[in-house]
Amino acid sequence: MTPAVRIEGLRYSYPDGHRALNGVDLTIAAGERVAILGPNGAGKTSLMLHLNGVLAASSGTLEIGGIPVVRRNFREIRQRVGLVFSDPDDQLFMTTVAQDVAFGPANFGVRGQDLTDRVSAALQAMSLTEHADRSPAHLSAGQRRRAALATVLACQPEVLVLDEPSANLDPVARRELAETLLALDSTLLIVTHDLPYAAQLCDRAVVMNDGVIVADADIGSVLADAELLTRNRLELPWGFTLADRRQLRGVDRPS
Amino acid sequence: MGGGHSHPLYRDGCSPVHRVPAEVKIVGLALFVLAVVATPREAFWSFGVYALILVAIWRLARIPLTWMLPRMAIEVPFLVLAVLLPFADGAPRAEFAGLSLSVPGLYAAWGIVIKGTLGVAASLTVAATTPARELPSALSRLGMPALLTSVLSLMIRYIDVLAAEVSRMRLARVSRGDSPRTLHQGGAIAKSVGTLFLRSYERGERVYLAMVSRGYDGKVPPLVDGAPGVSTRVWATAMLPVAAAVLVAASAWMWR
Repeated sequence: MTPAVRIEGLRYSYPDGHRALNGVDLTIAAGERVAILGPNGAGKTSLMLHLNGVLAASSGTLEIGGIPVVRRNFREIRQRVGLVFSDPDDQLFMTTVAQDVAFGPANFGVRGQDLTDRVSAALQAMSLTEHADRSPAHLSAGQRRRAALATVLACQPEVLVLDEPSANLDPVARRELAETLLALDSTLLIVTHDLPYAAQLCDRAVVMNDGVIVADADIGSVLADAELLTRNRLELPWGFTLADRRQLRGVDRPS
Repeated sequence: MGGGHSHPLYRDGCSPVHRVPAEVKIVGLALFVLAVVATPREAFWSFGVYALILVAIWRLARIPLTWMLPRMAIEVPFLVLAVLLPFADGAPRAEFAGLSLSVPGLYAAWGIVIKGTLGVAASLTVAATTPARELPSALSRLGMPALLTSVLSLMIRYIDVLAAEVSRMRLARVSRGDSPRTLHQGGAIAKSVGTLFLRSYERGERVYLAMVSRGYDGKVPPLVDGAPGVSTRVWATAMLPVAAAVLVAASAWMWR
């Protein structure tokens, strides 16, 4: 089966010469839920911006569902890969939530009744139907986060990439978002420092540091490897143990 | 940070005036103000009729005077000049309460005050009955270039975000002992403005990236608001008060 994401030898330097990615190889199967972990400046967000061609690789190849990420495929790729940015105010730029949700699908040529249906389905999935005609400025942080997710879900992406989805959320909004995400079927990539959140949502963890992947395994074994975490400036919050995680997911697997 | 659901000049409601499509109100406002400005200032009666038209619209829109009048204070700075005119302008002069006032100056001041007040009142009426989010689509239906309406809608969206950022920066400054009222704060404010510019610039880049990620290619596609055309009947009905104002202006010229 064609992998959802295939990355080989990806390198990228910013125009100022800073090397953000130093040869990344990563294959993700369709339907997998993968956490991308790492300290600040590890290259996580740069990697995310390559997945839909917003940043162009200096060298290496990327494929989404077997389609190479090159200029002539950008439209197709951007429909397949949905990026949810870390600050919802960056994502929500229209004057009402409904207009914002319609923006993506309309760019991909959806019109008329189909567009209306897409918008109402995405709003309903995020429990935002009654806020459709409000300005994003007047939503709570949790609602704004869900609205940002709705704008991307309305494009019906195969691969959903979220940058720090739990940032600035209160505990309830955080749990509700997790429930929403766990109910989706798309391939999920979550870029985060929030290890318990990653443990709750993902099966596999990829640890990045200095623009390369330093570990790629089952999330249980990554989080159990204290030495690996320390080396990469990651640590579990005080009081959190892996047993909690199995309780959280309601599953008990060897890790 | 605005707690309301819209801009502070908007008064939520569902009156017939609120239901009139925004583009009709914009055109109506422009024509009304034009009629007021074109009226010779000596035709005192006509300004009374204009005021009556506005008051009638406020009644219809259920906007109380107590809501409208404080908001009209926005024109006060512009009136200062008008108040000075009777003292400054030339002959012939008239004596009033021991003051020597210039007659042409008095006329000029009256013209500025009454025309300004009616213009501000008319604009506030449109603002009070039109949510900001309807403006961009209304202007584009009136034929405004897409680029300008995009700029306008981005401004409407981000002005609140910017205002919140400004107030957070101010709070952080004051929390570190900067006194909020003294002159020496000028330097800190100037630096804040610079920081704000950089932050806004960076935000602009991130907003653009997020737009490109959703397939943006330089053109905002038609969205849900299918923009049903405004029927002739709605135009005709909504233009009645404007037509009355134009008629008043025309008669004022004929009988002057």
